[in-house]
Amino acid sequence: MPLSRIRNAMVSGLVLLLGRRRRRPRPEDTRMVPAMPPDPAAELVVLGLLGLSSLCALGFILIYAFGASLPAETQLLGIAIGLAFLLFAAALVVVALRLVPTEEVAEEYPPHEHPGEQQVIAEVIDESGTRLTRARLFKLGLFGAGGTLGLALLAPAVSFGPLFHVGDFLRTPWRRGRRLVDENGRPYKASDIEENDFYLAFPEGTSDVEKEQMAASLVVIRLPVDQLRLPPRLKGYDAHGILAYSRICTHAGCAITLYRAPLFQPDEPRPALVCPCHYSTFDPATGGTVTFGPAGRDLPLLPVYVDSRGYLRAKGNFDGPVGPSWWGVRMWKAQP
Amino acid sequence: MTRRAVRWVDQRTASAPLLRKALRYLFPDHWSFLLGEVALYAFVVLVATGIYLTFFFVDSTKEVVFHGDYYPPLYGQKMSEAYASVVHLSLAVRAGLLIRQTHHWAANVFIAAIVLHLFRIFFTGAYRKPRELTYWLGVTMLMLSLLEAYLGYSLVDDLMSGMGLVIGYSVGLSLPFVGQNLMNWLFDGMFPGSPRLWPRMYIAHVLIFPILIGLLLGAHLLLVAMRHHTQFRRKKAQTERTILGVPAFPGQAPRSIGLMVGTAGLLFLLGGLVQINPIWLWGPYHTYSSTNGAQPDWYLGWLIGGLRLVPSFDFTIGHYTVVPNPFWGGAAFPLVVFGFLYLWPWLERRFTGDHAFHNLLDRPRDAPVRTAIGVGVISWVFLVFLAGASDRVNVTFGIGYVSQIWVYRVVVWVLPVVFGLVTWWTCKELQASEVVVRERHAAESEARLARMRRGQEPPGDPGALEV
Repeated sequence: MPLSRIRNAMVSGLVLLLGRRRRRPRPEDTRMVPAMPPDPAAELVVLGLLGLSSLCALGFILIYAFGASLPAETQLLGIAIGLAFLLFAAALVVVALRLVPTEEVAEEYPPHEHPGEQQVIAEVIDESGTRLTRARLFKLGLFGAGGTLGLALLAPAVSFGPLFHVGDFLRTPWRRGRRLVDENGRPYKASDIEENDFYLAFPEGTSDVEKEQMAASLVVIRLPVDQLRLPPRLKGYDAHGILAYSRICTHAGCAITLYRAPLFQPDEPRPALVCPCHYSTFDPATGGTVTFGPAGRDLPLLPVYVDSRGYLRAKGNFDGPVGPSWWGVRMWKAQP
Repeated sequence: MTRRAVRWVDQRTASAPLLRKALRYLFPDHWSFLLGEVALYAFVVLVATGIYLTFFFVDSTKEVVFHGDYYPPLYGQKMSEAYASVVHLSLAVRAGLLIRQTHHWAANVFIAAIVLHLFRIFFTGAYRKPRELTYWLGVTMLMLSLLEAYLGYSLVDDLMSGMGLVIGYSVGLSLPFVGQNLMNWLFDGMFPGSPRLWPRMYIAHVLIFPILIGLLLGAHLLLVAMRHHTQFRRKKAQTERTILGVPAFPGQAPRSIGLMVGTAGLLFLLGGLVQINPIWLWGPYHTYSSTNGAQPDWYLGWLIGGLRLVPSFDFTIGHYTVVPNPFWGGAAFPLVVFGFLYLWPWLERRFTGDHAFHNLLDRPRDAPVRTAIGVGVISWVFLVFLAGASDRVNVTFGIGYVSQIWVYRVVVWVLPVVFGLVTWWTCKELQASEVVVRERHAAESEARLARMRRGQEPPGDPGALEV
């Protein structure tokens, strides 16, 4: 009869849960751990917590197996496994507080030192070397050989990359006559560039990988010609007020994706190109000079012109190397 | 039964003496001693969840087009295989997001626990002889953990992680004289480097750094056990020579294991319920894209603050750029902080002439100068951390960003000195108040003794007055 079997199982389960063996405590003087009275209520609590914990763990498995369509699967999984762990932890806390003998034991700290052993070790080391007649030379030889061997093992790490090479840091994909194109490769016309807006540009015909090079991307804006205050060395870099700056901040290499256009003159500050990483602020009207923030170098400017069909083209290369500063960044020009 | 098992093990391993010692190793009872344990258990969770993540992560920056129909906003976008694999893991692998978020939360909790543990060690003087080695290992682990966490954050190759990586690259580039050579070598070319970069970062994140941290952790714990724990002097039995504590078994074991299981539970709850770094919202990284209002994980907040506070200049001699700007906030600042941490035990010994063995801990008030310097340094780092959040303050409260930065540029140097002095004064006052209480108790018991002698009061325990 299944009913009686269920009843039997329930009874035996209850006996397992509630029945407890009473052990006579051993005489006090032979024990390592002090005897303490039993706490059946705490045992029940622990068993309950462990049971709930395994229910939660089971719940985790069930949600994982069948919960694909649940709206908050990650949350439910997290609650299930998190509670399984936390209930287990709670059970252990009850064990710690109520069920294991709590004792504070005193003990001597280890001695500060062991002079006898120290003496023996020193003697063993010193006496082992007495056969050597040139001990210092010997040491030099050992450390010398060990050191050079170590160097030899480290040497192949030089292959990681170029150690003494600055060419990549100066080279840019820009040449005289190269057109400026947008993300999809469509060439910019001068008439596309409007005031109070800013544009992302690349050299025409670059692959996706080449677009990731620091010297490839530009931020292009247009300012009223009468507002330009370019220094003499940058005269002629703009095309009727259109300015093409390197998009990479000279401070820490982030992309300059903020343009503060003065929409409400004259209250608003001057137009500014801003890097959102550390808020280095560059004045596009004066040739990319730093007006605030940590950048220590002007933003490189690419000279541009408008061809006979109205397209924007590079007139040459940047006025300096692109990207964050390093020791040689002011020593060389940008190179094709 | 127990006897037979123990016998079996001992006969085969000869480890009974060692096991006996380990079972009865004493743990002095104080809540602050658990901070280091939380770090340890967070590390366990990190390793466990990290192993799971490696089964799905692809360490390649090869460009692919995203075709996962489970997330339409990214459909058709070009991105690296690495980023695509993490988006897939997060949105299309069952329980993948839970494990990834738990991993990320565990990293945050791991470093927080180490830092709090460090505070406890510092302010109680636990690093003093004979435990300097333990302390230096701990500080080294903190440094390695910061780098390890940064690597993990960078590997995902989402927009935020790429912005973090290029900033780190620029800080490396700014190291005087050698920066360009070092970064060119490490990245195999100028940023964004060669296709070899990602496998390098990956193996560093999942093998080299975890093994280094694991080895140092083992040495750290071994040294703690060899010299035994320090202890506060809370009971008369606790002296420089005698340790009083709960044995590892049975007293400490359920507490420690409970703490481990509890830490894991909390981290999984966080991983399931509190969203962290939803990388599919950030989109893929390109050198030409960035976003406003980006903030790193909390443990790098002090560095972004440092980078943002430095005024505009590169230190140059002629055309030679000696110190590019990011060096100050990104390299010099953390070097000074870690230099201070490494040198402190030596500095303190130098100025106090204290060469004694210390098993008893100080309370912060017992060493006013140390406590004052500690508070000064912490507030210095914390103010720089706050400066890093100026853009969020600007958005939330509308206080001008530029004015905030100018205020911080001054306050960062002034306030730590003020906090240090106030701390020193507070410690002194606390000490003085204890002297007053002690003297009052002594006088009261003396008076009572005198009355007793004159027969005006029944004999009692004069010590009973002492609280």
